[in-house]
Amino acid sequence: MIYEFSFGAVAVFALFVAITLGLSFYLGGKAKSSAGYFTAHGQIPWFVNGIAFAGDYLSAASFLGICGMIAFYGYDGFLYSIGYLAGWIVALFVVAEPMKRLGKFTFADALDAKFDSRGIKIAAGISTLAVSIFYLIPQMVGAGVLVTPLLGLPHWVGVVLVGVVVILIVVTAGMVSTTWVQFLKGSLLVIFSAVLTVVLLQRGFVADSGGVDVNRGDDEQYHFRGVGPVQASLLDSELERIARDDYDGSVVEPEGPWKDTKFVRFRNSDTGVVNVWSIDELDADEMEWYTTIKPSATSAYRLREAQSVTTTPEGRVLVNGLEKGTKKGEPELHPVGSISKLPDNAQGTGPVGPLEFFRVLQDSEIVLWKSQTIIEEDGTTTTVYYQKPTPGSQVLRPGEHPTFKGIRSDDPLDKLNFLSLMLALFCGTASLPHILIRYYTVKDAAAARKSTIVGIASIGFFYVLTLYMGLGAMTSGAMDVTNSNMAAPLLARSMSEPLFAIISAIAFTTVLGTVSGLILASSGAVAHDLVKNGLGVEMNDYQQVRIAKMASVVVGAIAIVLGILFEKLNVSYLVGWAFSVAASANLPSLVMLLFWKGTTKQGIIAAIIVGMVSSLGWILLSGDTYAKVYGLPAADAIVPFSQPGIVTIPLGFLTLVLVSLMTGGRKDASVASPR
Amino acid sequence: MATRNARIGLVLFAVYLVLYGGFVLLNTFAPQTMEATPIAGINLAILYGFGLIIAALLMALLYGVLCTPEGDVETTPSQLKGDQ
Repeated sequence: MIYEFSFGAVAVFALFVAITLGLSFYLGGKAKSSAGYFTAHGQIPWFVNGIAFAGDYLSAASFLGICGMIAFYGYDGFLYSIGYLAGWIVALFVVAEPMKRLGKFTFADALDAKFDSRGIKIAAGISTLAVSIFYLIPQMVGAGVLVTPLLGLPHWVGVVLVGVVVILIVVTAGMVSTTWVQFLKGSLLVIFSAVLTVVLLQRGFVADSGGVDVNRGDDEQYHFRGVGPVQASLLDSELERIARDDYDGSVVEPEGPWKDTKFVRFRNSDTGVVNVWSIDELDADEMEWYTTIKPSATSAYRLREAQSVTTTPEGRVLVNGLEKGTKKGEPELHPVGSISKLPDNAQGTGPVGPLEFFRVLQDSEIVLWKSQTIIEEDGTTTTVYYQKPTPGSQVLRPGEHPTFKGIRSDDPLDKLNFLSLMLALFCGTASLPHILIRYYTVKDAAAARKSTIVGIASIGFFYVLTLYMGLGAMTSGAMDVTNSNMAAPLLARSMSEPLFAIISAIAFTTVLGTVSGLILASSGAVAHDLVKNGLGVEMNDYQQVRIAKMASVVVGAIAIVLGILFEKLNVSYLVGWAFSVAASANLPSLVMLLFWKGTTKQGIIAAIIVGMVSSLGWILLSGDTYAKVYGLPAADAIVPFSQPGIVTIPLGFLTLVLVSLMTGGRKDASVASPR
Repeated sequence: MATRNARIGLVLFAVYLVLYGGFVLLNTFAPQTMEATPIAGINLAILYGFGLIIAALLMALLYGVLCTPEGDVETTPSQLKGDQ
């Protein structure tokens, strides 16, 4: 899809950056001491802290990734919403109060409260750094993914831009400015998601055969063509008719890898332009209906126009057979996303209620788009995007996305993989260092509790909206088949340009809020846990803040470099890694420390290291990583399924218990009374 | 765990664990139940999913109401120092 420079989006974003940076410099004076820098003196009002939780937590992956996944696959993305929110229950009911009671600046403080052990501080500091950097990569990649379509700038510019702004925010006023950035971002995100949803419900649904034709003007529709049902015996003559009437040409004889596909190509005899269609056989239900009309038919087909992107060995890019354009009005893929059949064959619904929204979809037929890549012998690569009309009841059920195939598969390993992912989502939130440090920014346990409740309310509300936004995007006629991350901004564009500008700018600021929280958590781990307490470097308060600021710059720079290196990696996939590592490394020691008096410092250190190393190792040896990172066949992977949580989280607990039992006993006395 | 508020938290956590676990296990081992439309023509996947989010909010509010400032104070502070 051709994206144009959006002046509105840049203006809104620049305004936001200006406000936050101004605020940061204004507040800079309040963050001279370490208590000010790391925890804003514990003086953040609970309501602000609660919304900041949302701003911290709702990352680009939540907003763009989940909406995109729902828009392209249906219900499945919502499983992430459910898991991410459920994790907050663990945070509120189990972890919040002890964290607040035991700790001071960092997650390591709380773990170490009983022991005063250098080893715990170092292990917890390293795990904080590891998790935060893992989480940083997808955020930075997300910034680059956004900047290209929105501002027309290359990927690395987006990454550097976000990196520099965030480093400035964090270095000037630490937790104080970070909190306000997150508060602003959290409020904007939730409010404008609600606006999108209201407009969406007001608009209702229409039955259509295509989407907005932005190439020719926003008011014009592009209607994808379709023919059928065609009886098997008449298929060849029908194909020739289409070639002749629609394309002034002939059917291309299938050869090489095209032979085994369901696609047919038509070539214009004058220009040589090739268009692709798909041929689908009628399924049993449709066939039953068709034989009532044509009793003699034994099998029949539907023919549907597809879209294609071809890269030739010389590096030319052809879109639907024509040289890809660079400006509006030149050849480019048509936006997609439509309802082919509404209940009772209605043309449109008018405004719908929040429940009616699902009821209508449930009984409709929605055109999803799938893709298949065909590589010919001479290196010509064609990706065909083809229509797949899908019953609404199927769109609204879980298990259609490859990540969640375990739901519909009979393979026990696939099922285990699904359980493992849902477990990691549940346990991960309460183990994320950048979330945990937010408990130290309020004055007492009651305030920590209240701010978590506000956080759950705003985050939960937002996640409910993701299902509306995702399904709304799916049927908006504005989707870019090549980029699911753009679903939410494009949905806004199908409503109005100003809304598009605002939503795009918010998506961009979403990255800012989360990244600043992560960098702050990392700088605390370096300055407070590793340098001061771990290495035992004597320093005064002022020096500690200076080390923390230096650490912020270094971690920010590392994040920029990684964000550029990992450009091609899928955003939400990486967030899944971070959750698994956080849950495996941090949760066992956090929970056992609170509930088992036999826990020893050696047990905690061992559990953190084993949890971190095993989950990281598992991820690096998994089929997903083989296929997506190394480019090797997934079947060669060493571990049996991709999500580590169901193995490595219990492993962390087991390690802690075993090591504690081995090192406990006589030494208990020394453990019980520190120093 | 010595504080009253912490005990309330654990009970509520256990309740939510059952709700969430039920959802995940139903999805894993009986996915077809998610397609049923028991209420108002809306399928169980959406009803249960929204239910989990609303339940989280209601239970969080309930927790906020049940917890008292006194409940934050440890009844026997020595226990936490590990006097076994």
